[in-house]
Amino acid sequence: MSVDAATVRRIAHLARIAVSEDEVPHLQGELNAMLAFVEQLSEVNVEGVEPMTSVTPMQMKKRQDVVNDGEIADDIVANAPATEGHFFLVPKVVE
Amino acid sequence: MTDLTSLTLAEARKGLADKTFTSLELTDAHLSAIEAARVLNAFVMETPDQARAMAREADNKIAKGDAGPLAGIPLGIKDLFATKGVRTTACSKILGNFVPTYESTVTSQLWRDGAVMLGKLNNDEFAMGSANETSCFGPVGNPWRREGSNTTLVPGGSSGGSASAVAALLCMGATATDTGGSIRQPAAFTATVGIKPTYGRCSRWGIVAFASSLDQAGPIARSVRDSAMLLRSMAGHDPKDTTSVDIPVPDYEAAIGKSVKGMKIGIPKEYRLDGMPAEIEKLWEAGAAWLRSAGAELVEVSLPHTKYALPAYYIVAPAEASSNLARYDGVRYGLREQGRNIIELYENTRAEGFGAEVRRRVMIGTYVLSAGYYDAYYLRAQKVRTLIKKDFEDCFAKGVDAILTPATPSAAFGIGEKGGADPVEMYLNDIFTVTVNMAGLPGIAVPAGKDAQGLPLGLQLIGRPFEEETLFSLGEVIEQAAGRFTPARWW
Repeated sequence: MSVDAATVRRIAHLARIAVSEDEVPHLQGELNAMLAFVEQLSEVNVEGVEPMTSVTPMQMKKRQDVVNDGEIADDIVANAPATEGHFFLVPKVVE
Repeated sequence: MTDLTSLTLAEARKGLADKTFTSLELTDAHLSAIEAARVLNAFVMETPDQARAMAREADNKIAKGDAGPLAGIPLGIKDLFATKGVRTTACSKILGNFVPTYESTVTSQLWRDGAVMLGKLNNDEFAMGSANETSCFGPVGNPWRREGSNTTLVPGGSSGGSASAVAALLCMGATATDTGGSIRQPAAFTATVGIKPTYGRCSRWGIVAFASSLDQAGPIARSVRDSAMLLRSMAGHDPKDTTSVDIPVPDYEAAIGKSVKGMKIGIPKEYRLDGMPAEIEKLWEAGAAWLRSAGAELVEVSLPHTKYALPAYYIVAPAEASSNLARYDGVRYGLREQGRNIIELYENTRAEGFGAEVRRRVMIGTYVLSAGYYDAYYLRAQKVRTLIKKDFEDCFAKGVDAILTPATPSAAFGIGEKGGADPVEMYLNDIFTVTVNMAGLPGIAVPAGKDAQGLPLGLQLIGRPFEEETLFSLGEVIEQAAGRFTPARWW
């Protein structure tokens, strides 16, 4: 399988990465090189094989359903590019 | 005092215990070495004040007889580990001037045991790369050069700063991470020892995530013994990482020097690649001969799905990365580029903040997870991964204790030499290491010799899950036979 220019633009938008028109041909070439490389997986017989979901067979640990952290709003917003008090600032989302 | 930098960690520990020198002297010697080696670009941030304060504290504890197992040992920390109050960037512009308000579990355990932080080490952006060329701080130089040449070579990646700093004697050991070979490949390129432990052995909490089902932390060190000492402190259960395994951490150092007599070592025939340099073939045979003369039994084994590991990796790892890196949105931390609306803000921030390799991987990951392609790519790759793991399980079920392979298909290459036109050319560097991540197994790279141009080459040993001790015992045999290698100083 290979991707065309329209698909490159669609993927870029899904990935939330701005791509300019003149970057598209280059990206298309690179993505297609990767897709050509992974194409060989289609020759593997995976009939009846379970997909791996956990690399180390173990029971998922569960912790107590209790509050064990918090009251660190200052820490949470400490690295934010734009804040007001304990809120993150973003462009207006709802008109 | 510069000769203090040439000690191994084990020798330094003895010198500190005997009070031959202080941690402050040892730390200062390394800080001077770092200053004199800035051309290597191994450190992206030096923390001399913090290092001296930690060294003084270690000296006090040593004087009081209250020293931890790494008391006073100066280390470098890959910039992927969150360090409280010290800028952590994953060498990406998108994290900008991110200063964590918390400490990663692995580094906190090193400080608990008395180690001293010299600074943060360069790496490929978000650990995506095999040459340390994708860092937003620029490439790292390998302290090794080809004989008679002054071309600067790459140290490998993604833990290139860690490997370069340890090889150039700028720190006594370093933390690193390995998703497809990022500890073992740079270790092999710089004649250092690097171990990626079993998935789940080290906590991933506080380490910038790349591909969560493959990422694992481990040390890069000057000797097998040093790597065992470091791993003991780095490993251990952490309730904050649900994939961290709750089993006791053995005294890895006790495995050094243990007899390997009667151990069964597999030589996988699928690792004998067409066009593999004769030097690597020869080194591999030498490694087998050293283990045989130490009493191990060498057997040929088959890992039939080996050739599919790298393509499956280049679906699974980008898929997980595209999901993990969704958090970089220009809102909560790091870089922000303005846009007319929130979507444009995201798109502009991520276009400006991510480098070319990261953008490419996030996009391929997005594609293979997108509607209509998930089954053909991602689900199939996860099935292939099951088969890769089963290859190893079948091999271990036949009584094989460990598997011996070359660590890399070549020695270090020049900056800018590979992957310019086709990204896959660079990816092939990890052909021998990536299977280990796909199966979650432990793997160690140990320096074993040099090529005709005088560049170091390494061998890899792959072990059963949580049997890192076997790797240390076998690695020590190789180190004893091959000797240790130090680059001639040119910087």
